[in-house]
Amino acid sequence: MAHLQEAAVKQINAICDRYKEEKTPLMMILSDIQKEYGYIPLEVQELVSARTGISVAEIYGVVTFYSFFSLKPKGKYVIGCCLGTACYVKGAQQVIDKFSEILKINPGETTEDGLFTLDALRCIGACGIAPAVQINGKVYPKVTVDAVGKMIAEYKAEGNA
Amino acid sequence: MTKVNIKIEGIPFQVEAGMTILDAAKACGFEIPSLCAYNHGECNSASCRVCLVEATGARGLVASCVYPVAEGMEITISSPKATAARRTSVELILSNHNKNCQQCDKNGNCELLHVARLTGARDDMYVGEKTATTIDKLTPSIMRDTSKCILCGRCVERCKNAHGLGILGFEKRGFNTIVAPAENRSFATSPCILCGQCTTVCPTGALMEVSEIDKIDLAMKQGKYVVVQTAPAVRAAIGEEFGLPIGTLSTGKMVAALKRLGFKKVFDTNFGADLTIMEEATELLTRVKEGGTLPMITSCSPGWINYCEYNYPDLIPHLSSCKSPHEMFGAILKSYYAEKIGVDPRDMYVVSVMRCTAKKYEKDRPALANKDGLKDVDCVITTRELGKLIRRSGIVFNKLPDEEFDNDIVGEYTGAGVIFGVTGGVMEAALRTAAAVLTGKELEKVELHEVRGFEGIKEATYNFAGTEVKVAVAHGMKNAKVLLDQIREGKSPYLFIEIMGCPGGCVNGGGQPYVKPCFLPNEDANILDTFKQKRANALYQEDEMKAERVSHKNPQIIKLYEDFLGKPNSHLAHELLHTTYVADRKKFD
Repeated sequence: MAHLQEAAVKQINAICDRYKEEKTPLMMILSDIQKEYGYIPLEVQELVSARTGISVAEIYGVVTFYSFFSLKPKGKYVIGCCLGTACYVKGAQQVIDKFSEILKINPGETTEDGLFTLDALRCIGACGIAPAVQINGKVYPKVTVDAVGKMIAEYKAEGNA
Repeated sequence: MTKVNIKIEGIPFQVEAGMTILDAAKACGFEIPSLCAYNHGECNSASCRVCLVEATGARGLVASCVYPVAEGMEITISSPKATAARRTSVELILSNHNKNCQQCDKNGNCELLHVARLTGARDDMYVGEKTATTIDKLTPSIMRDTSKCILCGRCVERCKNAHGLGILGFEKRGFNTIVAPAENRSFATSPCILCGQCTTVCPTGALMEVSEIDKIDLAMKQGKYVVVQTAPAVRAAIGEEFGLPIGTLSTGKMVAALKRLGFKKVFDTNFGADLTIMEEATELLTRVKEGGTLPMITSCSPGWINYCEYNYPDLIPHLSSCKSPHEMFGAILKSYYAEKIGVDPRDMYVVSVMRCTAKKYEKDRPALANKDGLKDVDCVITTRELGKLIRRSGIVFNKLPDEEFDNDIVGEYTGAGVIFGVTGGVMEAALRTAAAVLTGKELEKVELHEVRGFEGIKEATYNFAGTEVKVAVAHGMKNAKVLLDQIREGKSPYLFIEIMGCPGGCVNGGGQPYVKPCFLPNEDANILDTFKQKRANALYQEDEMKAERVSHKNPQIIKLYEDFLGKPNSHLAHELLHTTYVADRKKFD
C-alpha cells in the first residue's frame, strides 16, 4: 500500500464506511471506487479488505468477474465495440480488429499514450444500428471497417489539442 | 421432524422433510454417484452437475446435492437419461482436466477419478482448448496446479471456515475461471499460513503438499547419518494409509517400518515435546514472577506462527520464544547427541515426519539453525508421504511387528509429550509440570478434562498453591482471532493461551491421511464428524499407557539438563532451544 496517497486512503476508507450497515457491501463499495478513480488496483483492494474484513482473494474475484470493474486505468477515450449477436453478424469482429490494428492494442488494453482503451462489449441494445461502437458514451451507428481510421484520427486530434 | 413419503427406484421410503435428495437416498441405502457426497458442507453451489437424478415434480434433471425431497416425490437414479447425464457431467469436467493420473500424487485418493469410474466416463469425448495453467511450487509446503482444479471451491470454503482467511478465491469468469490467491499469486507471496487444510479437502491433485521424499533418498545416497523423528499425531493416523480403521494407534508398526527404511535411528518427537514443556513452563513462570508479557501464547504450531506474524505482529512479544518440539529435538541431536555418539553434526541429516505442511516451511526459517547456519531439521515429510515411502519399499505395514523407538541417550518420552498432537494437549502437558513446580508436589490426577475436546475456545481456571492460573485454548485461526483481539484490546483475562493452527489440532493436520468417505466404506457415515476425536482418543490412550506422564519426570530430560543444558532457560538452552519471530513478513516484494 506504499504508493497510495494519504488522501486516497482516507477517501477509500470513507467509501467503505458508507456501506457499513449493508449485509453485502462489496459491490457497492467497488462500484463507487470504480466511478471515483476509474480503476481498482490491488493496493486499493487490499485497503478495502483491511477495512471490511473481506478477503483480498474474494474482492479480486469480484473485480475480475465483472467487466465493469477495471484493474488498470482506462484511457481518455474508451472505445467499446459491441460484439453482441446482431453486431457480430454485421461484421463487428472486423471493426474491432481494425481498431486493434491501428491502435496496436488488444481488446481490454490501453494505448501507451493513455489516450485510448479498447473494450469488447456484449450487446448494448443497439441492434437496429449494428454494428455499433460506443466512444465515451457516444454511440456510432453502422460502423464500417473503412470508417475506423477517421474516427481514431478525430479523437487523436481532440485529445492532443 | 415432519416426514415425507418418497419413492426411490420405485421403492417407498419415509424420510425427513427438508433433506436433500442425495442425503435422503443415502439414508435409504443408495449412493448417488457425486463429487459432493464426500464433502462436508463445503460446497453448496451444485455447479459440478455430477449427481443428477430424475425427480417427479421437477423440470428436467435435478442436482440431488441441493434439491430437497417433497411429499410424493419419485426419484430415479438408474434411468438411461440420468446415468447418461451424470456421465456427461464428468466427461465435461475431464475435458478441461490434466489427465496425467498415472503420475499424479493424488492417485488412489482422487475423487474425480473415482466418479469417472463410477459413471463410466469415456475417453476424450470433448476435446478442445484448455484453460491456461498455473503451477505454483514456490513454497516448500503446498503446491497448486490449476490444470487439475475442477473449481469446486471446497478449498475456498475450508480456508474461510477454519481460519476466516479466504486466501483462495475464484478469479476471472467463464472458461478462464481459476481458484487462486488474489492476482493469481503464489502462496509464497500471499499471507497464506501454509497449514495445508485446503489440501485435505481438494478432490483432485490441484492442491497437495510439496514432496520431500527425494531429499531423503539423496541424503541416504550421500551416506549421511540419517535419523528420523515422528510427531505424536502421526502414530494416530499412519494406519489409515494402509486401510486400518481411523483411530488405530500404530506406534510400534510405524517404528518398525522406519527402521526397515534405513534410518540410522528412529526417535520420537515427544522427547522434544517434553523438553519444550520444561522450557515453556519455566518461561511462563518466569514471566509471571518478573512481570513479563502476559498472556503467554504457545509457539509449537508453525501455521499459527505464520498467522501471528502476518496478522498480529504487534502480539509477537506474547509468543513463547520456545522452538517447536521437533526443532528443539533437532538442535539437541546435532549438538549433545552427535557429540555423544561421535558423529560430525554436519554429517547428520534429521528428517521429521509431521502431520503438518507448515512444518516444511518452518524448518527453513533462518532462525532455526545453529550459529554456524546448520539447520536443526533438514527435511520434513507428512504422514501421507510416509505412507508413500513405506508403500514403495515393499513393506507390508499391517504385518509388521511392533518395535520400540530408539532411546539410547535421547528419545525417551512421557505421556505429556504424546498429547501435544491434539488441541488442548500442550496446555495440559504444561499445566501438569507448572502445577508441580508451583505446589511442590505432583498432581493427583494428571488428566485435565477442562482443556480437552473440540470446542472452538476452551477456558479453565486452576489454583496451584494460591496462584490462580487462568488459561484458554483455541484451534483454527477463526477461534484464535477472538482471543487475540481480546489481548489487543487489553481485555485478556488469561495467563497462558494455547493456539494450534488446524481445527482440532495436529490430529487434523494438513499433512494427515485424507478422510474421504468414498474411500472408507467401512467407516461410519458420520466419520467426518468423528475422525478427529478417534485420532485424539488414540493419543490419550498412549498417554494412559505411559508409566511417566509428566515431562519433568522424563529421566533422559533430567540427565540432559544435568550433563549439558544446566537448567531450563539457561544460556545454552536459550541458544539451542529458543527462537525469534519476524514482524514484517507482509512485505512480500
